[in-house]
Amino acid sequence: MNPEKVLFGFFIVLALTLNFGFFVGELDNPDHHHVYELFAVVVVNLVATVLKFGDRTQMGAVLLATSLVALLQLFAAALVWTVAVHVTESGLTTVTMASIVSLSGGAMLANVVSVVLLIIETVMLRR
Amino acid sequence: MNNIIFLIFRRMRAPLLTLILAYSVAMLGLVLIPGRDGDGNVYYMDFLHAFYFVSYMSSTIGFGELPHPFTAAQRLWVSLSIFFTVVVWLYSIGTVLALLKDETFQRALTERRFARKISKLRESFYLVAGYGQTGEALVKALTDRTQHAVVIDILQERVNLLQLENLREYVPGLCADARLPEHLLEAGLKHPLCEGVVALTNSNETNLKIAITAKLLHPDIEVICRADSHDIEKNMASFGTDYIIDPFDAFALYLATAIQAPCLSLMQDWLSLGFNDLLSDPIHPPKKGLWVICGYGRFGKAVYDKLVKEDLEVVVIEAEPSQTGTPQTQLVVGRGTEADTLMEASIERAVGLVAGTDNDANNLSIIMTARELNPDLFVILRQNRKYNDPVIQAVGADMVMLPSDIIANRIRVLLGVPMQHQFVRLAMHQDDEWACQLISRISALVTEHAPDVWEVAFTEQDTHAVCQYVREGRNLTLGELSTDPRDRTSPLACIPLMLLRHNDFSLLPGPDLVVQKDDRLLFCGRVSAKHRMEWTLQNENALNYILTGETRPQGWIWRRLQKREVT
Repeated sequence: MNPEKVLFGFFIVLALTLNFGFFVGELDNPDHHHVYELFAVVVVNLVATVLKFGDRTQMGAVLLATSLVALLQLFAAALVWTVAVHVTESGLTTVTMASIVSLSGGAMLANVVSVVLLIIETVMLRR
Repeated sequence: MNNIIFLIFRRMRAPLLTLILAYSVAMLGLVLIPGRDGDGNVYYMDFLHAFYFVSYMSSTIGFGELPHPFTAAQRLWVSLSIFFTVVVWLYSIGTVLALLKDETFQRALTERRFARKISKLRESFYLVAGYGQTGEALVKALTDRTQHAVVIDILQERVNLLQLENLREYVPGLCADARLPEHLLEAGLKHPLCEGVVALTNSNETNLKIAITAKLLHPDIEVICRADSHDIEKNMASFGTDYIIDPFDAFALYLATAIQAPCLSLMQDWLSLGFNDLLSDPIHPPKKGLWVICGYGRFGKAVYDKLVKEDLEVVVIEAEPSQTGTPQTQLVVGRGTEADTLMEASIERAVGLVAGTDNDANNLSIIMTARELNPDLFVILRQNRKYNDPVIQAVGADMVMLPSDIIANRIRVLLGVPMQHQFVRLAMHQDDEWACQLISRISALVTEHAPDVWEVAFTEQDTHAVCQYVREGRNLTLGELSTDPRDRTSPLACIPLMLLRHNDFSLLPGPDLVVQKDDRLLFCGRVSAKHRMEWTLQNENALNYILTGETRPQGWIWRRLQKREVT
C-alpha cells in the first residue's frame, strides 16, 4: 500500500463528495446550500491540487488540469457569493444563488472527471 | 523548462499544504466563534472577513480587530492562531527563498538559459572545451578574426574570467563537466552551425572522451584535440579525430627544422604570426656540439629524440630517472639548478642548453647558473605558466616553448586558414634554399609587421566579378589579379603561396596561371593588399580597369551616350 496514493485518493474523492453535498438541493434556494460547505469544498480542492504538484506523469498532468478547472469554478462561485453579500449588499437573491450553485456544479463535473481518471489509473495499474 | 517547474512544484508541495491547512483552521475558528457588534448583538464573522483577518494576521501586518472589536473568546482563538499561522507563513516563504538560492535550482536555470542562447545562435561557431591558458589564447584569436566560439569549462572561475574578458565577439560560456555528453549537447554539439569541437582540457582522458562523443553524435564536424601522451594520441587517431596536437612534439619538430633549415622555420614562424605582430628574427641553433637537456619528462624526451636524430651529442640531467626512464646516452642525476651537476654534464664545452623541467623557477635557475659557467650557450626554455611572462622575457632565452601558445597558434591556423596548414606541411619537403628565397620575397613586401595570410575561393559568392568574366570564356591570369586596382601599373604587395585545384596542391603558382572557377588560392602579404584584391574580385569596374586601363561608364545613361559616340 502506497500512503501517497491513499492520501491522494482520499482528497480527490472528498473533494467530489463535498462538492456534491453543496450542489444538491433546489438550485436557487439559499437554505439548501450552506456557506461552510462551500468553504470546505474550496479548501479540500486546494489541497487536492497541491498534492498533484510535481507529478511528472501524463496522468498527473491531466489530473492537475482538472483540479485547476474545479478550483477556478469554485473561486468564481465564492467570489459571486462575496460580492453579492458584501459589495452590492443585495443579499443572496435566487438569481445569485442559482449562478453560485451552477458554478459549483461545473466544478463538480471537473471533480467527477478527476475521480474517473483516478479509477482508470487504478484499474490500468492493477498491482 | 519542465525541469525547473517540476522542481519548484515538488519543493512547494509541503509548505503549500501546511499553509492551506493553517489558514483554513484559523478561518474556520473565526467564523464559528460568536462575536458582538457595537450594539452588543451576537454576530458571526463571515468568510470574507475571516480570510481578510487571517491574511494580515499571519503575515504580521496587523490592522486591528475587524469588523468589530473582538470578544474574549475571539481574542483567545486569535492569540492561538497567530503563533501557528505566522510560523507556517515564515516556513513557506523561507522554503521559496531557499529554493531560489538552491544550487541545483540555480544550475538548472543557468543551463537552460545557456542552452537557449546556443540554440538561438545564427552564425557558425566552434565549441571549445577547456578555458585554460590555451583555451583563452584560442578564443581570443578566433574572435579577433570575427569567428564565433562557445566555451565549456569545469571551473566557475574560468567561466567568470571569460565574461570579464574584453572580446570582440560575444562568447557564451558554461561551467559544466565536458565529459558528460548532455553538457556538450547543451553547448551546441548537434547545432547545425557547429563547425568543430576543440578539446583543450588539461586531462588527456577528458579530451579523449570529448573527441569520441563529438565523433559519434555529430560525425561531420571537425574534432581537434590536445594530447601529450602517445598512447592517447593513437587512441584518438583510431576513431578519426581530425587533428591531434601534441605541444611537445610540435616544438621538438620545430627545433629540428630550425637546426636543419633555419629559413623554413622562420617562414613557418612568420606565416603563423598575427598581422599586428612584429616580425621575428631568424634563430640559428648550433648544428654541431654538445647539447645539455635538463629534465627528461615528456618535453625532454621529445627534444632528445629529435636532437639524437640530428646526430648531435646529448647529455641529459634528470632528478628522478626512476620515474621518467633513462636515455641511451649519458645521464647525470640531479636537478641541474646546481653548478656541480651542470659541470658534471660538461656544460663548459656545451653549445646548447634545454631547460625543460615542469617548474618555471627551476628552469630559470638552470639558465642563470649555466650562463655563469658558459655565457655563449644557446638556451631553450620551457615556460609552464603564462603569468611568468615578465621573468621569462627578462632572462632572454634564445627560444621559449610555451605549450599553450603553441597549441593555440596551431589551432588558430587550422580553423582560420586551413590551406595554410597544408602549405606548411608541403613546404617542409622543400629545401632551405627555396624557403630563403620566399623569405626574402616576403620581407621585401612587408615592413616591420608580419604578413597577413588569406584564402581566396573562386566561387560565385566570394568573387562575383571574376566568375562572371571567366564564364564569358575569357582568360584571367594570376598576375593580372595581383595588380593594384588603384593603379594598374603597380602590383599588389602580396605573393600567391599555393593553388588548390581539383584536390591538387601546387606551391607558389606563377603570374601566368589562368584562374578557373572553384580554384582556391592562398596568399600572403600586406593587409591593405588583401582589401584591395577583394575590390578587384567583386567589382566588375575595378576588374575592367585592371584589364583594359579604361574606366567604363557605370550608369545606363552614360553607357548609352558612349555607345552613340562610338557609332
